[in-house]
Order: sequence, then structure tokens, then C-alpha cells
Amino acid sequence: MSDTQAFAPTTEGTEQVPLATEVLARPASGETARRERPATGSPLLEVTDLVTQYPVRRGLIEAARRVPRRQVHAVDGVSFSVARGEMMALVGESGCGKTSTVQTILGMVKPTSGAVRLNGIDIAGLPERQMRPLRRKVQMIYQDPYESLDPRFRVGQTVEEPMLVHSIGRSSAERRDLIIAALEQAGLSPADAYLDRYPHELSGGQRQRVAIAAALVLGPDLLLADEPVSMLDVSVRAGVLSLLDGLRRTADMGILMITHDLSTAAHFADKIAVMYLGRIVECGTAREVVRNPQHPYTKALLSVVPKRDPRDRSVPQILTGEAPDPIEVPPGCRFHPRCPIAIDLCRTDDPALRLPAASVDGHLAACHLA
Amino acid sequence: MTSLLEVDDLHVWFDPPHGGQVHAVQGVSFELQPGERFGLVGESGCGKTTTILALMGLLPPNASLAGQVRVDGRNILAGGEDSVRQYRWKDIAMVFQGAMNALNPVKRVGWQIAEPMAFHGIAEGKAALKRAGELLELVGIPARSAERYPHEFSGGMRQRASIAMALACEPRILLADEPTTALDVMVQAQILELLARLSDELGLAVVLVTHDLAVVAQMCSRAAVMYAGEIAETGPMEALYHDPQHPYTRLLFGATPDLFGTGDVTSIPGSPPRLDREAVGCPFRPRCDVPLDRCATDHPTLRQLGGGHFAACVRAGSGRANLAEAK
Repeated sequence: MSDTQAFAPTTEGTEQVPLATEVLARPASGETARRERPATGSPLLEVTDLVTQYPVRRGLIEAARRVPRRQVHAVDGVSFSVARGEMMALVGESGCGKTSTVQTILGMVKPTSGAVRLNGIDIAGLPERQMRPLRRKVQMIYQDPYESLDPRFRVGQTVEEPMLVHSIGRSSAERRDLIIAALEQAGLSPADAYLDRYPHELSGGQRQRVAIAAALVLGPDLLLADEPVSMLDVSVRAGVLSLLDGLRRTADMGILMITHDLSTAAHFADKIAVMYLGRIVECGTAREVVRNPQHPYTKALLSVVPKRDPRDRSVPQILTGEAPDPIEVPPGCRFHPRCPIAIDLCRTDDPALRLPAASVDGHLAACHLA
Repeated sequence: MTSLLEVDDLHVWFDPPHGGQVHAVQGVSFELQPGERFGLVGESGCGKTTTILALMGLLPPNASLAGQVRVDGRNILAGGEDSVRQYRWKDIAMVFQGAMNALNPVKRVGWQIAEPMAFHGIAEGKAALKRAGELLELVGIPARSAERYPHEFSGGMRQRASIAMALACEPRILLADEPTTALDVMVQAQILELLARLSDELGLAVVLVTHDLAVVAQMCSRAAVMYAGEIAETGPMEALYHDPQHPYTRLLFGATPDLFGTGDVTSIPGSPPRLDREAVGCPFRPRCDVPLDRCATDHPTLRQLGGGHFAACVRAGSGRANLAEAK
């Protein structure tokens, strides 16, 4: 068996499990080496000024009265990048545009404007035929492994299906090797013991690992994880998060994780972007965002995270109400109606994301007062 | 002095349709004073919800139970369903898990809050609706919103409304089952603040059932950590966090990420045991990081450690150094 040059040969006889990506890259699969980085040196994922709007359905009467169509500004000018081996967390309340951002990256929703570059190629609005081979490179892990797995599929079938869709593997024996490698990579070991089981025989943590294996089997460059552990028991969350953490290091993947849990983001992510009403209001290294927050929204979010130590009972800074609806975005700074420190300027001028004076490591915030 | 609520050696068994018997709650005891906030924590399937459903007398027909639940010293389970009914909602009320999604979509919110008042003979008609408005004000919703339908409310408002509904008959004990689980962090903070205010200002005793140790750490003065239908450790929150005597408590805290926490967050390997057969030895032994030989045979019972701190572990009270050495 010869390996393509771009790959480290799989170490045999050691404990190391061959990565699904490595198995995939063997010449048998007829693939060109997929680890080759583009010559441009562009980041794995680069999102630039992404805008995604959905039209609001008008009723018959409104249409007759020619009431103008309104738009939901789900994503309203978002830019960020994720490098290989990096984990970025997208944090914010429901309706802030986290999920719309991810759906746009996946190509499930066409952006209104802006670019989504994967390895330097703009995939936003790409025709389906050209999108398809690229979709392998971006895989999604959903929130609820109780819903995302087909209850009638055995584990082996669940992991095999994406390969059938993407015509990977010439024989079922070859696919079986890939399935086993992916399951082992997802921490389900020995994989043989899981192949013929049904989702109902597995715990929540094991189910989520099956869903991760089904994503890994395609050898993705980028994993999008939408609240990957919020449905799981506390006792197994850390295991699944550590798995993702390990994958980005060993398999050199980029991971974009949506979460509302700042403690999790602080622990596992390299970068945190805080979203509010379709915009990123603060972005920086996880450490800086958590220890040195610049935006009043981030400060408030951090203050309400419950701490484990009962002696550490700081007074939370509770914002009243909930995030307003993204149909009628407030003028000026979109956070000003809930902001505890808003000044007149905030009611008229929309602050851009910039480097505040007190920031380090490229830590950005969109606040006039930061 | 009798406590407001005393749960004494509560057992619940279920008879599943395919035979066998599941011993879901295995001798749970705790007590509660007015205005106190008590946490019930543990993984799914450890008996938290079953315990509080038993207090409400709302277990399904295939359940049988033993033990006593006393309110002001009177055993409310003594006469079965009939005796619980006198106390349900009037003395003990409950906010169910997902209650915010269980409001009737075609009835106005105020009407839904007023309905139980009529049923329990507290108020009727206009008076009941007026009271519903007052209850909404109490939980932080303008009284005029009583006219609105659930779909016009946000998630946080619906959860407030379900708390208002539980308070309709002026209970003294509120059982809250995962009241903030599906909510955003900011809304979670608002709801927790509301529960804290109700217990501080009205002297409402609150039992908070959750899997989130950090929420309990911030909200409750005391808590019980449940495992496999039993209380593994109970005591003041400070003792549970700073001086855990059961490995499960220590590992649960270790699996909970903290904003400024240093060190690894590690999951607990394995999963809770099945409860359809009696455990031999300590039920936590297969997942324990510091088991002893005798744990395979001895089923530990809660041991008093002083200051209201109890733990069901053979190592309990032998000092933390021992735990570390064994590692």
C-alpha cells in the first residue's frame, strides 16, 4: 500500500488509530490528496460582510394595500475567519443569527450579500453542482443526537450513508474500513461492537459520537457544531467537547461551535465571537473576551454565567427583556435599548467593530465607549 | 421544631409493562424550612423528577410508593390520592419541566391562571381574573398581558406565566423541575432572580431540580446530589463544593466548566446503573475513581459528617487527603 506524498504514512503496530481522513486519502479511493493547502495561504474559512435576510410573509390584505415587504435581518454584516486547527465559538442569545450564519456557510441558505470563502474559494451562492463536492469539506453536527440519527439505521449504516451520497469507497468492504476508522476516531472503540447497534441502544454521548463519526467519514476540513452538547448529560459533555478539541489538533480541522454557554466556550475555544441581533459585537481570543470584555453586552452575559463556587456570588447584571426582533433593528447601536451605559451618540451612530484602546491580541469590539 | 416539609425514607417503584420492577427512588429523605432554597441535582435518570412527582402525588398508576412526606408534621401520603389532593397546589405546587411549552395556545394567559383558582374555590370569575393579573405582576409581567395568548409571549414570559400559575393557590412550597433548562443565559438569570425574590420576599420554600450544579451553587443554601435513586451526598452548598465527601459530587463538579476555571474539565466515564435490579455494593463503584475492595460488597448508607453534611461513601469523613492518595 503506497501513501500519497501529502500524507504521513499511517503508523502500524502502534496504538495510533488511522484517521478517517488518512484512510480516505489512500489512492484506492481515487481521490487527489486533500490535505494540500492552497498556495494562497488563505484561512480555512473566511466570512466577509455576510448578510442574510429572509422576507417576512405578507398577508393578503397587506399585499393588497401594498404594505412594503419587510425583511428579517438574520445576519447583518458578519466577518470572521477560522484557521485549520482552530476552534471558534459563536456565542449569543436565541435569534441573534448564530444558526443563520452557520446555515449560510453550509449553503443551506443563500446569502443576500457577502462572501464565504473555503480554502480561498467563494462558496456563497455557488450553483448546486459545484457546491456538492465542496460540501464534503464542511460537515455539520447537530444539537440533538436523539433527533438527528435515523432510529431505523444501525450505526454502521448511519456512518456509511454520507459515503454513498458522495460516492466514496468502491466496495462495501472498503467502506467498512472507513466506517471503523471514523468510529474509532470518534472515540467509539472497539468500533466492531457498535456497527450493528441501533440508536436506541446507545446513550446520548454515544449517539453524538456516532453523529460525529458520520461527519468525519467524509474527511471534512471544517466542522460546524450547533450546541453539540446542550442535550447531553453534564457528566458526558466534557468527553464530547474533548473529542472535538482533539480532532482539531490531530486531524487539523477547523471547528466553528455555536453555543450559548460561555463557560464551555471559555474552556474549549481559541476564539470567541459574541453576536447580537445579526452582528458580531465582540470578537477575540477566548481568554481576552472572558477576562477583559469590552462590550457592555459581553460584560452582562459574562456576569450572569453561574459560577461553580457557592462563595463566588457576584451580583449578576441582568438585562431586562429579551433581544428585540430582527425585523425592526433599533437605529444607532442595536444594543442601545438594553445597554446600561448608552449615551446619546449610541442612539444615532452605529458603532463599527474596531480595536479598543485597552485591547490586546486583535480583540475587537463594536462599542462607542469601549 | 417541625419543618415545613419533611421527606422521610421515600421509595418509589415502577412496574414496567414487560415485567420486573424498577426501584426509581430508594430511601430519599430531606427537609425544608420556609424561605429556603434546596437543590436536587444529578444526571438524568437518577430519580430527581420522580421524587418531586411523588411529593405532588402525580406518579403514574404503575407506581407504588413507601415512606412519608410531611407538611407541617402531617403525612400527606397517608390516605393515598385523596389526602394528597388537599395539599396539592394549595401547599405544594410545581413548575413542570417544559411548562412554558405546555400553555394552552387557544386560551388567554390570564384565564389559564384563573382556572385553578375556581377549581380550588379560591376565587371565581372577575375576581379570579383580577388575581391572575396580580400574579402576573408578581412575576414581572404587566397585568394587562393577561388578555394575551401564549404565542404573543416570549419564552421567558411563558416561563414566568407558568410560575404565576403554580402560585395561583398561594402555596408555601414550590417544586421547580429544570425551570431554566431550555432558556437563554440572560433569561435564565431573570427566572432565577425571580425564584430567589419569591422565596426571599414571600417565604416560599423552593426545591430546585436541575442537572446544572453551577445554578444550584448560586441559588441554593443546601442541596442533595442524587445517584441511582439515592442521595449520595447532601449538605450545605459550601461543603459540597469545597469539601465533597462522595466521589460522585467531586466528579460532577469536575465535569462542570467554570468561566474562569483552570484545569481540565473531565467527563465521568460510564453511565448510571439500571434500577431494575438491586445493586450489590456501592451503586457508584463501577464509575468511581477511588474504589476500595469493600465497595463491591458494602452498600454505603448516608453517614453524618457534622453541620448537616452527609455522604454515602465508605471513605466519607476520612479526609480529602485519603481521596488524593488513592489516586
